[in-house]
Amino acid sequence: MYHVSKSDFKTRLQTWLPKLVLSPSLAMVLIFVYGFILFTVYLSFTDSRILPSYGWVGWENYNKLWRLSHWEISLKNLGIYASLYIAICTAIGLTLAIFLDQKIRGEGILRPIYLYPMALSFIVTGTAWKWFLDPGIGLEHTMHLWGWESFEFGWIKDRNLAIYTLVLAAVWQSSGFVMAMFLAGLRGIDSEIMKAAQIDGASNWNLYRRIVIPLLRPAFLSAFVILAHLAIKSYDLVIALTGGGPGRATELPATFMYSYTFTRNQMGIGASSAVIMLMTIAAIMVPYLYAELREKK
Amino acid sequence: MSSVQTQSVQTGRITRKFIYLFLLLMALFYLLPFFIMVVNSVKPLSEITGGNMMALPEVFTIEPWLAAWSTAQVGVEPTGLRPYFWNSIKMVVPAVAISTVLGAINGYILTKWRFKYDTILFGLMLFSCFIPFQIVLIPMARILGILGLSGSTYGLILVHVVYGIGFSTLYFRNYYAAFPTELVRAAQIDGAGFFQIFYRILMPSSGPITVVCVIWQFTNIWNDFLFGASFASGSGAPMTVALNNLVQSSTGVKEYNVHFAGAILAALPTLLVYIVAGRYFVRGLMAGSVKG
Amino acid sequence: MGFLDIKNATKSYGNVEVLHNVDIAVEEGEFLVLVGPSGCGKSTLLNMIAGLEDITSGEIAINDRVMNGVHPSNRNIAMVFQSYALYPNMTVAKNITFGLEMHKVPKPERDEALQSVSKLLQIEQLLDRKPGQLSGGQRQRVAMGRALVRNPDVFLFDEPLSNLDAKLRVDMRTEIKKLHEKLKTTIVYVTHDQIEAMTLSTRIAVMYNGYVQQLGTPKEIYDTPENLFVATFMGSPAMNILPASVVVKDGLPHAEITTSEGQSALLPFNQENMSDWAGKDILLGIRPEAITDPDGVDRKSKTVVPISNRVGVTEPAGADTFATMELAGKDCISRMRADADITTGEIFDFVINMDKAVAFDPQSEMRIK
Repeated sequence: MYHVSKSDFKTRLQTWLPKLVLSPSLAMVLIFVYGFILFTVYLSFTDSRILPSYGWVGWENYNKLWRLSHWEISLKNLGIYASLYIAICTAIGLTLAIFLDQKIRGEGILRPIYLYPMALSFIVTGTAWKWFLDPGIGLEHTMHLWGWESFEFGWIKDRNLAIYTLVLAAVWQSSGFVMAMFLAGLRGIDSEIMKAAQIDGASNWNLYRRIVIPLLRPAFLSAFVILAHLAIKSYDLVIALTGGGPGRATELPATFMYSYTFTRNQMGIGASSAVIMLMTIAAIMVPYLYAELREKK
Repeated sequence: MSSVQTQSVQTGRITRKFIYLFLLLMALFYLLPFFIMVVNSVKPLSEITGGNMMALPEVFTIEPWLAAWSTAQVGVEPTGLRPYFWNSIKMVVPAVAISTVLGAINGYILTKWRFKYDTILFGLMLFSCFIPFQIVLIPMARILGILGLSGSTYGLILVHVVYGIGFSTLYFRNYYAAFPTELVRAAQIDGAGFFQIFYRILMPSSGPITVVCVIWQFTNIWNDFLFGASFASGSGAPMTVALNNLVQSSTGVKEYNVHFAGAILAALPTLLVYIVAGRYFVRGLMAGSVKG
Repeated sequence: MGFLDIKNATKSYGNVEVLHNVDIAVEEGEFLVLVGPSGCGKSTLLNMIAGLEDITSGEIAINDRVMNGVHPSNRNIAMVFQSYALYPNMTVAKNITFGLEMHKVPKPERDEALQSVSKLLQIEQLLDRKPGQLSGGQRQRVAMGRALVRNPDVFLFDEPLSNLDAKLRVDMRTEIKKLHEKLKTTIVYVTHDQIEAMTLSTRIAVMYNGYVQQLGTPKEIYDTPENLFVATFMGSPAMNILPASVVVKDGLPHAEITTSEGQSALLPFNQENMSDWAGKDILLGIRPEAITDPDGVDRKSKTVVPISNRVGVTEPAGADTFATMELAGKDCISRMRADADITTGEIFDFVINMDKAVAFDPQSEMRIK
């Protein structure tokens, strides 16, 4: 633009100052996020073991990774854990939100109770549940003391069932959050639509099934995206609750990556597993963020 | 049923009873684990191993709390959680402050000084909050080593600022998007410059969103485990890592009551924030997921 | 060469040109209104004068100084915004003096300026309040105070009355006009409301599609609209546009139109050169107030034609009664005295004042001069 040369100092300052001020943040993100991602992607094609090394090995790490039963188990576990976690959180969250939306007395007390676990660290959650689920001193023990001698609740020690204790603790932590999302969605529905449906003679069941729940579609989508990405990133909870055990019963990709990279000295394989985690999350998050940012324009 | 008449959805008496019952049972489900932790953190160990976890303490003691705070074996040293608590404080305060200030400035630029491709840049920043952090662990460990920040609080501050910027920018960007641009234009005509407009016009109206952002960052950074465990195990570890070390330590008798006291200590700062400013906490959660 | 000179100004966003070669010279003390429907480019032009948007090509000069590339604060202009844009965290007094503070005017002078402006606008009792505590009209005054205190070369108003309710809008309109007559400052005022444009301005620029359609005094714009757009945009109810053909009878040009009863009526033009259009089709523009009942005729008009036609709907509006009818196959609105003896569905003897009629070329939509 030819007139720029004629601009006074203040105008010129205003064209480059914002970009200048933004640039440190941008540089940090570009280096520490995208640069690092590229570096890790590169490492996943090298023979790195205990330390990064730069011998190119092509797809070897990925081939090895997919042949590892350890990785297969952690993927299978993630499948069970993520689908149950998402489904149960959504079901509980939606039910609580709909019930709370019925002009409930004491809503102001109940709502924070449902939500407080979200403020806790997964390490705290894990510590509490680990003990609560321990058959020796926790729930099972208490039931026995109360006279229910045949009560058994040893999931956390059971290879086949331990993964469900992870779901239980994670649902405890996050379902209140989903409730809050649905409640916000419900409160955003035009009450005249509800009135119109009632005048049309819709029963409560039909009102929610046919009118309200379809209107909550954006909240469902957000809940799914957030929960899915939390599930894939789950690490702390596993460490605190089960440590990945018993055996490998509760290994997830996040714990797999950590142990291969830092304790088993298989950095190349660890990097390739991290790349796969990133791809999975990107497949969910990128379209979502793209749609959100486009709408806002 | 006078109380029912005003509501938009009519529910029968039995349905309402069922709803209340369900809501109360769920409240119990959420409260129970924490209640048990609190109750058992003030019992002597013998009462836990031999007794009922639901029972109130027969002998009330604050020994476990004192032990968790200052004498319990964390890792190899019998220091209690105290030094790690301060590690966390020293890490959280600057990290929250820096990421919030940067987020505010970024949000201001991205809404009021728009330029070509600004949405794409913001998208890049935003996506960085959602990446699985495993993807950056290896290079980050290297860089911190090169910078001489391995195992130090400064290293963790850097890490949390970098990965916190996305969210703090998101908050301020959404908030400032609703801030009337005419005010910025009026200030420009009045002669205010880039920083003056931010400082004199936008900042005074940014109280609520700053609270939201500070709470979110505080909760996230305080509760972080992965970065702490990866980059600062040892004497520089934050509270969550120390708690995990305390609970997982395999030496000697498992002092459950001390573990609980420690867990509550680790949860206390974020819980307090939640109790004091829960409204803002919820807003932050929402803004991080649903359209602003 | 005007006091505010807009020369061949063009604005493009990327490849899209939204403002095309605007040329307006505003004299000192003039009240120029930019009027047009939304999206016509009037606000963009105002922002270009203010320096809030840059000028793609052309030039804008104020007081002989070319302003391209000059920061808004260095143009010696002031602006009143649609939303008033009062700083919510500052008191009224701070709002008004913020610009002076930014320009490093010493405190005593600021206080003095604040005193005189708040007295002029009668807002002295509001100075310690925050904008949130003010009514719409009070905010409007404060916004004007903020502009006035700068003592600028040019005042820019961006739809300043559109957020007020109907009654207050009329009051504030009068007040802005009084203020202008008192202070004799140069004003550029953007609105989409043609009544505001007519009442306030010394000149109007009617804009549409990024072009200035016509620039002229309110009377010129109203009586001799340059084209069909200006004719129909200015005036309420809008000008009737009737298809007609030109015939020459007794050596004089007439417009031939069909009445609701299927008869043809001949309306003599007061414009002799219309004979050139003999045998051709034109569009005849007649304002509602030029079609009246026989007693409502303007005594001074020379060419008055009676026409019998069936009355459609009547709409008593208090001061006047509007009656619709079918003329030349179109709905046509006429403006009667309130007590005109007119009945829906009956034949009525209307009177058309052809002094005020204008003719348009149906192809180019320009007025035939």
